[in-house]
Amino acid sequence: MFYREAGQFRTSYAQDTQLLPLRQDRVGMLVVLIAAVLIPFFANDYWLGAILIPWLILSLVALGQNILMGYAGQLSLGSAGFMAVGAFACYNFMLRIDGIPFVVAVVLSGVCAALVGIVFGLPSLRIRGLYLAVATLASQFFIVWALDKFGWFKNYDPSGVITAQPIVMFGHNFASPGEKYWVVLVIVVVLALLAKNMARGSVGRGWMAVRDMDVAAEVMGLSLLRTKLQAFAISSFYCGVGGALFAFAYLQTVEPSAFTIELSFRILFMVIIGGLGTIMGSFLGAGFILLMPIFLNVLVHSLFGKSVDATVASSLEQLVFGIMIILFLIYEPLGLARIWQLTKERLRLWPFRH
Amino acid sequence: MGDIFFFVEVLVAGLLSGVMYALVALGFVLIYKASSVFNFAQGAMVFLAVLSFVGFMELGLPFWAALPVTIGMMVLVGMATERFVLRPLVSQTEETLLMATIGLAFVIEGLAQFLWGVDVRNLDLGIHDEPIGWVMDTTGMLISQLDIMAGVVAGIMVTALALLFSRTKVGRGLRAVADDHTAALSIGIPLKHIWMLVWATAGVVALVAGMLWGARSGVQFALVWVALKALPVLIIGGFTSVPGVIVAGLLVGASEKVVEVYFGPYFGGGVEVWFPYILAVLFLLIRPEGLFGEKIIRRV
Amino acid sequence: MLIHKVLRRVLPGVAAAGALLASAIVPTSTLAQQPEQYFPVASMRVGPYNAMGTGIFGGVIDYLNYVNIKHGGVNGVKLVYEECETEYNAARNVECYQRLLTGPNGQKMLVWDPYGTPLAYAVIGRVAADNVVLAQAGYGRTDAADGRVWPWVFGATANYWSQIGMKLNFIAQQEGGIEKMKGKTVVHLHIDTAYGREPLPAMREIAKNWGFRLVEIPIAPPGLEQQSQWLQIRKEKADWVTFWGAGAGMSGTALTTAARVGFPRNKIIFVTFGGAEEDMIAGGAAAKDTHVVAMVLPGKEWPLIADIEKVLYKDNPGKGNMQNPNRVGTIYYNRGVIAAANYIQAMKNAQRIHNKVGKPINGAEFRDGYEAIDWRSAETRKEYGIDGMIPPYRLTCRDHEGAGTFHMMQWDGAKFQIVTKDWMAAPDPKFIRKLIEDSAEKYAKENNIKLRDCPE
Repeated sequence: MFYREAGQFRTSYAQDTQLLPLRQDRVGMLVVLIAAVLIPFFANDYWLGAILIPWLILSLVALGQNILMGYAGQLSLGSAGFMAVGAFACYNFMLRIDGIPFVVAVVLSGVCAALVGIVFGLPSLRIRGLYLAVATLASQFFIVWALDKFGWFKNYDPSGVITAQPIVMFGHNFASPGEKYWVVLVIVVVLALLAKNMARGSVGRGWMAVRDMDVAAEVMGLSLLRTKLQAFAISSFYCGVGGALFAFAYLQTVEPSAFTIELSFRILFMVIIGGLGTIMGSFLGAGFILLMPIFLNVLVHSLFGKSVDATVASSLEQLVFGIMIILFLIYEPLGLARIWQLTKERLRLWPFRH
Repeated sequence: MGDIFFFVEVLVAGLLSGVMYALVALGFVLIYKASSVFNFAQGAMVFLAVLSFVGFMELGLPFWAALPVTIGMMVLVGMATERFVLRPLVSQTEETLLMATIGLAFVIEGLAQFLWGVDVRNLDLGIHDEPIGWVMDTTGMLISQLDIMAGVVAGIMVTALALLFSRTKVGRGLRAVADDHTAALSIGIPLKHIWMLVWATAGVVALVAGMLWGARSGVQFALVWVALKALPVLIIGGFTSVPGVIVAGLLVGASEKVVEVYFGPYFGGGVEVWFPYILAVLFLLIRPEGLFGEKIIRRV
Repeated sequence: MLIHKVLRRVLPGVAAAGALLASAIVPTSTLAQQPEQYFPVASMRVGPYNAMGTGIFGGVIDYLNYVNIKHGGVNGVKLVYEECETEYNAARNVECYQRLLTGPNGQKMLVWDPYGTPLAYAVIGRVAADNVVLAQAGYGRTDAADGRVWPWVFGATANYWSQIGMKLNFIAQQEGGIEKMKGKTVVHLHIDTAYGREPLPAMREIAKNWGFRLVEIPIAPPGLEQQSQWLQIRKEKADWVTFWGAGAGMSGTALTTAARVGFPRNKIIFVTFGGAEEDMIAGGAAAKDTHVVAMVLPGKEWPLIADIEKVLYKDNPGKGNMQNPNRVGTIYYNRGVIAAANYIQAMKNAQRIHNKVGKPINGAEFRDGYEAIDWRSAETRKEYGIDGMIPPYRLTCRDHEGAGTFHMMQWDGAKFQIVTKDWMAAPDPKFIRKLIEDSAEKYAKENNIKLRDCPE
């Protein structure tokens, strides 16, 4: 009844191709953005620092992974490695170039990650599918080993675990969780918008052509080399920016052991459960994977309290988490984004059934 | 002269550890060959198998009774996996199935710790793991009884499985199911029985691999990561080849150790963690389906 | 099919409910009849170090419950705790830190002890602002032993540099004196991470001074395969191996591989972080005669441990936290108990110093109490029932390490035997202290931190 396009006329091509054609969508997005900006005034430090900031950062990385896996169809397990490149690059830029604004350092570290991504994306020209997934593990292990082994990356710090520098821009030190949140929010929103437009444009169409049938795409004249490497580069850029933010705005340490293969798997989960090939899916999936273990932890504690041995409780949480993943894959393989899409379609018809 | 002996020592050590990798990789190949599913949960299954085995023995069962009981339990786990995880996902993409097996890995790990607790246990197979005297005296090589046992067991299993797949009726049925299970169903191959058999065999393989690794490293949580060592072996050998697993295992083991000892120190060591994977990538660039894997034919 | 439809609707709802429930962690101030003091427990019960985590945090929780049951709390203040699973993951640790910052009774937490070096580093920058003591019980950032630079970070009883000094001291004693060390070969076999490389700077200095050859051999995690490393050790004709591993798998593999290359186990010295019964059990028969360093002694005979076992496991069964009661008295368990004993002494000190006996204290007061920890008097140790389990020491404004001494143990196949007559230190503790203070001062200069003015 409320959510429909009757009465909204589009009279120019620009109006027709806009991102949010329905007025209700535009209003909704505006509300969400305003709420997102105002949250730090209402939320406590725990919500900001432990839930919202990592959610935004991991959504960004999931976005990068989605570009590579969902749009371009290249199975990759190396996202945590590219995050590590971004984090260390950002640390080194801020260390060696005095007074560099944080955002510039972040962008440059994304570029570094993109270059590394291109190098490790070269095998994708010859290998595909599951083999490529295992090949990308090579990038994960090699990158983390190299960053740990060569002291130059850590500025020869004897402790081996570096504390990230404070985020300083335009003379202001963004120290509190609220301020860090705003920095992360701006970066994520801008990059998400960019990703959405890339996906809608010829770049995205090229990726989807390669995903669906790369031989046919090549026959049609699409350069596989350029498209695949472009996908790797852009995806690694997102992962690198996400990694820099992860180290600077969340963990406040820059160390290789934060970027393990377990993190790569988590990102993979986020993308698949959120919905392959969708932008919204990255955000939804990141939220689900981030919140579910915490939710289980809190649930088990509140249900059983101290009566059940904590070790048993922790094993139970892991068990249930795995079961939820499997259930999700069985009942909605297209992910949370599809559920959202179906909800919107039902809203269009509401209050009618069909 | 001493340097040559040392090189031979390192080489032999590498070959022997390659056999251990191959044992783990065998489980992967089995399941992939019969159901085209890459079972990421194989590492967790190795852990569950050997942990249950030791757990049953702690509960009082003697060695030879605990063995069939554990195998039975792994068969049940396999059947439950097939019924509740794989069958509902039967028409999904490769990525979805991969994710489902990763989720399964979490389930099995949580289950193992839930059932048996987190205590570290020791597995004593009664086989000496010290260098055999006369071998060391005559050739200078360090080979233990456990190494020989591992090699013999691996050899037997690989031969038996290779023969199963290529010579027997059951094996033909397995290959048919992997190729196209709807077609196999339509000509009357009993899908459920075939899958039960495959998962039972994979469970046995997991148990054997787990016992050998557990005897060396103790029965504790890190065993789930032996799977990560087996992945390069799978790639180089090909996901669908049983004899390829042994050849690739020997290759990966030997090259990994030699590189670590001779080239590692120039980089500060620790190259073992990525070298097999980079080697696998290089192999793939030359032969995208692995040394012995089936050639991938794609129709456009 | 109905179940499918139902599940399709339920799943996203569950995720949304989760978010709402997580927000229900907002603390509600309850009017407690008895004053309470809240402690967080950052445990790790799943993952590769769960054997260690369940032991240590089981010990901590058992001691807190014991104090409540036996003494009615600390001067009448009841101890409450909340647990959070970190899985030895830095990001989860940060989330747990934020979540447990305020307890269910509205109090802010006083101390954080996650038992992992990367986890400690992840929060070390926040603790001063949050008024939380970071109690790195024998691990973590070594140069935090200099209290002038890190007033909120402690490292009792000893840090890794003191530990490697003590190990080399022991080796020298076994060889017949420091002069006999000339020309010997010591291999530092370590996990290829920052933690594994931690003692190397100190080791290299001592190797130069004493004239022995130091060979550094890393193991790539998870370290379930160490054939090439031990063959190298044999080729180098090593006299001693200091093993700095992590996880029972790496420890077990090291011992069985050492047996396989014929390296005598009694020439291998394990580190405290990966040196407990679980690591020896993983090695099976090959573990016999291995040396392990102890910061806190194991055993059930100590009066406190025996009493805890009686009160929590025999008299009130079910109150004990350990799933397997046989683990009471193991090394990890006892270390947890001692860590908690430090909290309690700090609490008592804080109540006394700030005239708040019988009342709850805040973070700054707790910090003063922790810095006043003093175990030098045998009477105090006997009062707590831990005389002999820990060395006599105290913390001061400048010295946040305290003891820097250890005992050496040897595994006899079933339990650890203590082989040193008394608590042993590094051969030149002043040298180690100088290294620490140099590193701390460098950090302070780089980060514009003013050194605290500490009386000597």
